[in-house]
Amino acid sequence: MSLTGSFIELDGLEKTFTVRRRTGLLRREKREVRAVDGISFTVDRGEMVGYIGPNGAGKSTTIKMLTGILTPSGGRLRVAGIDPARERTRLARRIGVVFGQRTTLWWDLPLRDSYRLVHRMYRIPDDRYRENLARCVDLLDLGDLLDVPVRQLSLGQRMRGDIAAALLHDPEVLYLDEPTIGLDVVSKSRMREFLRELNATRGTTVLLTTHDLTDIEQLCSRVMVIDHGRLMYDGGLAGLHEAGGGERMLVVDLERELPPIEDVPGARFVRADGPRQHLAFPASASAAPLVAAVAAAYPLVDLSVREPDIESVIAKMYGGASGGTHERRRESLR
Amino acid sequence: MAERLRTAGAHGSGAVEVLRTYRLVAAMWIRSTMTYRASFALTLVTSFCVTFFDFVVILLMFGQVQGLGGFSFAEVAFLYGTTGTAFGLADLALGSLQRMGRRIRDGSLDVFLLRPVPLLAQVAADKFALRRLGRVLQGLMVLMWSLVLLRHEVAWSWGTALMVPAMVACGAVIFMAVMVLGASAQFWLQDAAEVANSFTYGGNTLLQYPPTIFAQDLVKGVVFVVPLAFVNWLPALYVLGRPAPAGVPSWAAFASPLVALVCCAVAGLAWRAGVRSYRSTGS
Repeated sequence: MSLTGSFIELDGLEKTFTVRRRTGLLRREKREVRAVDGISFTVDRGEMVGYIGPNGAGKSTTIKMLTGILTPSGGRLRVAGIDPARERTRLARRIGVVFGQRTTLWWDLPLRDSYRLVHRMYRIPDDRYRENLARCVDLLDLGDLLDVPVRQLSLGQRMRGDIAAALLHDPEVLYLDEPTIGLDVVSKSRMREFLRELNATRGTTVLLTTHDLTDIEQLCSRVMVIDHGRLMYDGGLAGLHEAGGGERMLVVDLERELPPIEDVPGARFVRADGPRQHLAFPASASAAPLVAAVAAAYPLVDLSVREPDIESVIAKMYGGASGGTHERRRESLR
Repeated sequence: MAERLRTAGAHGSGAVEVLRTYRLVAAMWIRSTMTYRASFALTLVTSFCVTFFDFVVILLMFGQVQGLGGFSFAEVAFLYGTTGTAFGLADLALGSLQRMGRRIRDGSLDVFLLRPVPLLAQVAADKFALRRLGRVLQGLMVLMWSLVLLRHEVAWSWGTALMVPAMVACGAVIFMAVMVLGASAQFWLQDAAEVANSFTYGGNTLLQYPPTIFAQDLVKGVVFVVPLAFVNWLPALYVLGRPAPAGVPSWAAFASPLVALVCCAVAGLAWRAGVRSYRSTGS
């Protein structure tokens, strides 16, 4: 079954698309695009992993191979010991998938009807179905929505409805593709809370792709960065900052407007807004001696430390090499 | 096939799973349609009218001429009724397959592929429309009427009597196989639906008329290339005691079940190849 005993195993996974482009009235040019270009990683049961990268990097293509929707062009792939493309329907019973931009719910029917269909399609035993539905309704606050046609739900409500639909059959792994896209701040934080709870209490493995880096910061202890179809980074969030040479920001509020703080070692003055000053320091360094030095020399009222956002870290990590090529790749995949 | 067999091992036979899924999805669509009752009633009426006027054309034609290609009115009605019923059944069951190209283009086919049930059943039952029952009923009515008119003209035996329901059943299966074949082509060519329609809807129109009125090359094509002649021409001409077209021996009338089976096998292989080469969309 499995070589390493991991729940998800990828070994040199590849996906190549042949793109035909019109170059003249009748002439067509055939070109190969490597959407996924030799990715290897393993995920253990119960892990919560962020899978990030720019548009067209190959995130969705990877997820689609993991679920069996797409057949890999090369490499080895196992989820729960199953080869997804060969045994897609068998694997489907054990995984849950939420595509933020597509719904599995039935547009004209009450939410409850969609859940009944899941109940039957997945042949979920009655008592387990009732139990799971009750838990989802409770945690995702769906009680008042069950009898409302899906077309009348707001985006956030529908997203909660979709997540519940993906969890009724007790999947061992949940793939989330942009689960917080288009949600307001309150809905986002509720969604994250629910996912944390799910991972903690049920041990569900979660693989998350997102553009909202707060999702990753708040949920995932491990993050994988993919670019141009290749795995560029795999490790903890803190390590990502170091790998990108990131800087943290010390924000100090002084009693009054003062000239820039430039005499504190290890800190670099960035900018000042009245009495508030921004000082950058290496992400790997401790903030404590810096705070002490500032407090000793200046009339300090308040302070905070801001983590760098991953977006800028990633941008730094791969420099200007990306940019334009992504655009071209995305276009050619259409 | 392997995939279906494995699923089958866990939960009854593959065919049962296909039917079960079809029933579940179709029931959801019927419920969805019923949320717009007035619209449903309207489409039901229009659908029936469209097919009915189709037949009125033939009625009017026979008001002017005595026969068509040497066939009497009752005989043409028999041809019309057999292919109409067979096509109606196929269209009721699998008519939605022509929508699959749209599902592929907008990426919503992905959602179907994530469910633990056969894809073909889900796509076939997608937007299941009960109004298509109108076509089946209309075909059956014409068939019954023609049988009443022909009751003294046909040399009825067990062979000819059983040939009528067998012809409708095999015809429906052949049409369905062509529909699945057309849907499979949509995995590679997303606009293949219209080509497939010319064989299904077009084939149905062709088979309503006697083969004697068409060019021989066309008839040969329908016998040997796209075996639509096995839907009703060959068996129907046998029932009517007429020689088979295109120099085919008369026993070919009994080959319909075999042809249907071969069509299913080809369609099944094409479908499997199509699913494996599915490319999905960019996001």
